[in-house]
Amino acid sequence: MLAGVGELSPVPVSLTSPPLECQEARCHMPSKAAFFDVDGTLVKTNVVHVYAYYAMNRGSVSGIAGRTLSTALSVPLFGLMDSLDRKTFNEFFYRYYAGLTEDRLVTIAEDMFEDVLQPALFEQSQDLIDQARRSGCKVVLVTGALDFTMRPLARHLGADDLIANKMQFVGGKATGKVIPPIIEGANKANSIRAYCAKEGLTLDKCHGYSDSASDYAMLAVVGRPTAVNPDLRLRSIARAYNWPILDLK
Amino acid sequence: MRPFKTLQKLYDEESQVVITEKGSPPRALFYGEGFLQEDLPVGTRVIFPRPPMAGVPNVKAAIRWAINNPDGMDPLHALLKPGMRLTCVIDDISVPLPPMVTPDVRQSILEVVLELAADSGVDDVHLVIANALHRRMTEGEMKRMVGEKIYDAFYPDRYYNHDAEDPDGIVALERTSHGEEVSVNRRVAESDLIIYVNVNFVPMNGGHKSMGTGVSNYASLRHHHNPKTIRASESYMEPKASALYRSNERIGRNIDKHLKVFHIETTLNNRMFGAPTDFLAKREEDYTEGDRLKFQAMRYALSKMPRAAARKILNAIPAPYDVTGVYAGATEPAHAKTLETSWKQYVVPVEGQSDIVIFPIPFVSPYSVNSILNPLLVQVMGLGYFFNLNRGVPLVKKGGVLILLHPAYDEFDPEHHPSYIEFFHRLLPETRDSMKLEHKYEKEFAENPSYVHLYRKNNAYHGVHPFYMWYWGENGRQHVGKVIVAGAENNHVPALLGWDRTDTLTEAIEEARGFMGRSATISLLRIAPTVMVDVK
Repeated sequence: MLAGVGELSPVPVSLTSPPLECQEARCHMPSKAAFFDVDGTLVKTNVVHVYAYYAMNRGSVSGIAGRTLSTALSVPLFGLMDSLDRKTFNEFFYRYYAGLTEDRLVTIAEDMFEDVLQPALFEQSQDLIDQARRSGCKVVLVTGALDFTMRPLARHLGADDLIANKMQFVGGKATGKVIPPIIEGANKANSIRAYCAKEGLTLDKCHGYSDSASDYAMLAVVGRPTAVNPDLRLRSIARAYNWPILDLK
Repeated sequence: MRPFKTLQKLYDEESQVVITEKGSPPRALFYGEGFLQEDLPVGTRVIFPRPPMAGVPNVKAAIRWAINNPDGMDPLHALLKPGMRLTCVIDDISVPLPPMVTPDVRQSILEVVLELAADSGVDDVHLVIANALHRRMTEGEMKRMVGEKIYDAFYPDRYYNHDAEDPDGIVALERTSHGEEVSVNRRVAESDLIIYVNVNFVPMNGGHKSMGTGVSNYASLRHHHNPKTIRASESYMEPKASALYRSNERIGRNIDKHLKVFHIETTLNNRMFGAPTDFLAKREEDYTEGDRLKFQAMRYALSKMPRAAARKILNAIPAPYDVTGVYAGATEPAHAKTLETSWKQYVVPVEGQSDIVIFPIPFVSPYSVNSILNPLLVQVMGLGYFFNLNRGVPLVKKGGVLILLHPAYDEFDPEHHPSYIEFFHRLLPETRDSMKLEHKYEKEFAENPSYVHLYRKNNAYHGVHPFYMWYWGENGRQHVGKVIVAGAENNHVPALLGWDRTDTLTEAIEEARGFMGRSATISLLRIAPTVMVDVK
């Protein structure tokens, strides 16, 4: 069910139904959340793995061959762009989805979760999420990936909400464009801030988890940031700011 | 001619108390990972540790005798039944300090006990480290503690660290008469027999604290690890004067009511330094020329090398402690004997309190083995452990001055002490009030998912542990009028801790005299090895 979060819509997606005694329970609702980046933080994969899976499941021999070949040829370019600018990378990358039908994308997402994401989950990811929940946090995944690819994972991990990019569809087919604002870098921080305002959460009490220095804004906006399997830049930032560093296995 | 009395030295060779005279030698004092050599004002009372007591001639024989002649319980062999579930709970790396020369006494005990268990048909045996909210011991440390043979046979499935945050791993027993929650490790609680393997390094350890704290969790520990309990303790090294002890006693008695616990407690002597550095345990009056040369060489070398290297070297020198006693049986009678031996080794009677007391702070603490003595740990050594090394009456007078010798560097180990960093840099600038810290922030740190994860999966102290360190200094903080850290290399660490700083010990004594008056009495507790004062 969609959370219906106004200006953030369609980005955050509620994954759990509200309790029947919602009004009564409101006073016991969490006042804080734990925001988790996904790629590299909770799973070993990144969006390239996800796209490669779609390419391999194009549906026709020529489609598979064409997309697989073009994906393979683009890998060095993806790598370069990802290291330079995540926003440009995402915009460029999502163009490869153009022409795929929504039904097909959603169906493949379920298989892709089982074949790609679930095996790539760090063993300790679930422990960390469970601990966040035990400490009274809402669990929210914040990712630059597309929402339909992340929904099965969010369900599997027991996340309460998902803040993710959403593909534009026209006539049931993907245009290859993402509905703005693209969830990355500073926009992750903006989305988190807006989410907290809407849900009545105290940003200063919220936790943020990411592996990449490109998520510095997301980590800086919450009161309790943590670097998870950090890249070199984030590790050095985390050391400088005395943020905890987790090495999930 | 001077009267004969004044020609006599103001100390005798048997006494552990020396009054400084004009011709007294300078003192060799611990100063973090280095040493200072300081002349003290005439009249300063220097209190030395007692020389090491004789160890038992055959440790394994002493262990066998103790488990065959326990106090308040049947002999161990009579408690072991084929097919039973047995768990040995073992003190962690926080004792003794520094870690002892191998074989560690815990290894010796386990070798005897496990052999007996095997002979009795007991196969379901687990070894659980009673680390409470301390960091998990590393594989290397675990192997060193029990020896390769036991490690290979039990690790990792049957030899592991206690996990106080395992949601399925804790069992709640009935509350105490004071409403204190009693939680115990599930494997331990579901065992037919528990054998607690203890090393009693200071009198605070052992007894009911072993089980009541070692295999418990935050929900239970918060009932006595809090500022109120510490404030109500005159000394937590003396059971009669310790509210901390009384709370552990209530919890421990509840545990004894529900579980069968056979304690094996051991005491060690004061032989903290081996042959190359044994002069550190001597009085400077007794130094030979060789000792002086060795001290100067060591002091010079440590001062010239990077601190991390000095730390590495000092941590690599194990202590050749001898076992002075092994006591087994029910919690209270076994521990009473342990305390007697412990006091015999550590306690030095002294006449009266002093206005100014000097504590040299060494490189190691129970919470920084193979790690860094960060500012919070310097605090806990001075205002916590050393302040409480007495039998109910502190060495320093109420409102007196404590002088600590330490560089007070702003260094933390992010692997072992991640939550300490946030506590020190985020909370202390806001308040040093323990009650406020407890009320406002303790739960947040205790439940922080990152800190819980680092405690459970890595080798970090629990998120709440820096609060305990701060509370541990609470009765000292309430008692003294001023703390001066002499030799502090920066301003901000002492300022955050609420202390004054000086460059040298001489300046610190001057400042302390300015505070307490020119005729203020001065005592130096020449620690380490361990020494406790019995102030008359």
